[in-house]
Amino acid sequence: MSTYDEPEPTHRSESTSPPDDAVQVLDTDGTLLPGAQRPALTDQALLEMYEELVLARRFDERATGLQRQGRIDTYAPMRGQEGSQVATSFALDDEDWLVPTYRDHAAKHAHGRSYEALLTHLSGYREGYAVPDDVNALPEYIPIGTQVPQAMGLAWGFTMQDPHDRAVLCHFGDGATSTGDFHEGLNFASVYDVPTIFVCNNNQWAISTPFEAQTATETIVEKADAYGVEGVRVDGTDPLAVYAVTRAAVEKAKHPAEGERRPTLIESCQYRLGAHSTADDPSAYRSEDDGEDWEDQDPIERLERYLYHEGILDDDLADEIADRVEDCLATAIDRAEATETDPTRMFEHVYEEPTDRLREQLADLDGLRERHGDDAFAEVGE
Amino acid sequence: MSTAADPSESADDDTVEVEPDVAADAIDLDTYDGPTESLSLVEAVRDGLGLELARDDSVLVLGEDVGTNGGVFRATEHLQDEFGPHRVIDTPLAESAIVGSSIGLAISGMRPVAEMQFMGFASPAYDQLVSHAARMRSRSHGQYTLPMVVRMPYGGGIAAPEHHSESREAALVHEPGLKVVTPSTPADAKGLVAAAIRDPDPVIVLEPKRLYRAFREDVPEESYTVPIGEASIRRAGDDLSLFTWGASTQPALAVAEDLAAENGLDVEVVDLRSLSPLDVDTIAESVQKTGRAVVVHEAPKSAGVGAEIVATINEEALYHLEAPVTRVTGFDTPVPLSTLEDFYLPQALRIREGVLETVEA
Repeated sequence: MSTYDEPEPTHRSESTSPPDDAVQVLDTDGTLLPGAQRPALTDQALLEMYEELVLARRFDERATGLQRQGRIDTYAPMRGQEGSQVATSFALDDEDWLVPTYRDHAAKHAHGRSYEALLTHLSGYREGYAVPDDVNALPEYIPIGTQVPQAMGLAWGFTMQDPHDRAVLCHFGDGATSTGDFHEGLNFASVYDVPTIFVCNNNQWAISTPFEAQTATETIVEKADAYGVEGVRVDGTDPLAVYAVTRAAVEKAKHPAEGERRPTLIESCQYRLGAHSTADDPSAYRSEDDGEDWEDQDPIERLERYLYHEGILDDDLADEIADRVEDCLATAIDRAEATETDPTRMFEHVYEEPTDRLREQLADLDGLRERHGDDAFAEVGE
Repeated sequence: MSTAADPSESADDDTVEVEPDVAADAIDLDTYDGPTESLSLVEAVRDGLGLELARDDSVLVLGEDVGTNGGVFRATEHLQDEFGPHRVIDTPLAESAIVGSSIGLAISGMRPVAEMQFMGFASPAYDQLVSHAARMRSRSHGQYTLPMVVRMPYGGGIAAPEHHSESREAALVHEPGLKVVTPSTPADAKGLVAAAIRDPDPVIVLEPKRLYRAFREDVPEESYTVPIGEASIRRAGDDLSLFTWGASTQPALAVAEDLAAENGLDVEVVDLRSLSPLDVDTIAESVQKTGRAVVVHEAPKSAGVGAEIVATINEEALYHLEAPVTRVTGFDTPVPLSTLEDFYLPQALRIREGVLETVEA
């Protein structure tokens, strides 16, 4: 072992700002970059996107606060990543499907999930995972990378039934690209040429592991070549750029040109400004100034400046939006906190019909509850 | 009682051949009177890892976030500072590769200690564990052995998100070739980690994360082992044997003390500690003495390790039984989110009811 030249451990991400080669539409000051075009979005749609972003940022702040007060369980913050989440969902049609991770709160909301439902499962009620019939989204994925082949299968099934009907957008992080499931899923998607948009939210950190220690390639997007999938790298803090590349990928997925492959891998370059989760302390593995440059890349401010420049947004309208956002969140929190559940719910949905043994276990539990009351179940005696 | 041994060396022999340094460094924690320090369970794991890293250059610690971050539960905190990034290694996010590369490392002559961040995330590694780690010795006819350890925090009770609370010990215990241990005290944690690292076979160390910081106890400062394959009688008693392990040991002991104070019922609490190999002798002797048994575990009831213990009692002590053996376990449902965890876990109320039911049967 002494012959091995030991490398120094990597303590900081080398990615201090979004890469130059990523697709951008807006400059950080909110002006259109030379040669860039405003995506085909109406003023109204742009305002809706802006409101969704403001709502996402405030949700993130409120959820983090609620966790600190012990009112919800572990929460995965998304500060700095809202722009990409909202823009990718805006690029989907209602009939398209979203396959989100545990950090994609804003992506889920922008595709139809309510923040009330998100807060319900964050409050410890599995009821919050139930997706309404009119929203095409799967419950969030916590194990890393597992959703990639599943999203491919979902898209595969859709093409078997109607080749131009629906696209599937699958989110994952940079860490997920190290898992076997990522590679297997992309390979299948390409081999069977299915309408899947794989969005790698490269936020530079998998808990404490910086991008440079996750993979020896320069980018995630270059991995697309190995599978015959189109790869696009985009500035994930530029909502209009993310919208444009995702919309193009959705169009191609559903209506490919002659000889064009349907799947796309989008590397959306972002930075996880906060902790991995409320149970994580980033000061153990990164310095305070790490990611400083990304702070200036705030997706919300970027779009906001653009809307002001264009005369689409003014102070009065911004105040109106801010008020609406606060009302929306206050209602969501009140409703989530009023959720009621019952231990019998544990036994539901394990199978379509409970097995005899499950019925027996439920009857035993009910008997104990009747004799002793629910308070007796607290972990006394530890 | 059995002791830690290489089964392949003792297959045709009644004399169990003991792995030398494991036995040499085993100490009796009940009678130990040397210097101690007060440690939580997670600190004891770290202490055990640190001493083994210092003792043997071939020992490596690897896994997600184990280096700079010191592990998400801080089980490896400061070890990278002390031993360097080549001994305490942050890996890319890939459970299958962490265990698969550990198999290769072990064959090459290293002693890898891999961490699965949560047992619920270890599923991708099961192929490497059950298809390869468990049988490299037998498929190579003893030519290649795997002195490797896989540590997995497991169990519920910390209000964790989905997939963070599983107790899947039964799946691992079912695999011939793997050893599975689970401490319920800091002192055992330190000794079992050391024994696992020195063991010639792959050992899974299941760490009850609910106990990581639940309490402290005085742990010997020196390096020592707790032999794999030996149960620990946490409380001796004559009226009923309560078999358990991991996080359930604490409520089991509390119930035993309460029942002794309230109605003089003398419950023997046996912390199995090693689930594979199982300490059959201690199980049999206890039931032969008490005539009644309850098994408590957090994992779902059906095909859980409790079923193996009941079957073992039937084989070894059936005619001593005065009542059917009762199982108090998690339900055959996914582990619920935080609001219903108290109803899922086999806490004091259900353990107490199980004991009384067995006594009154």
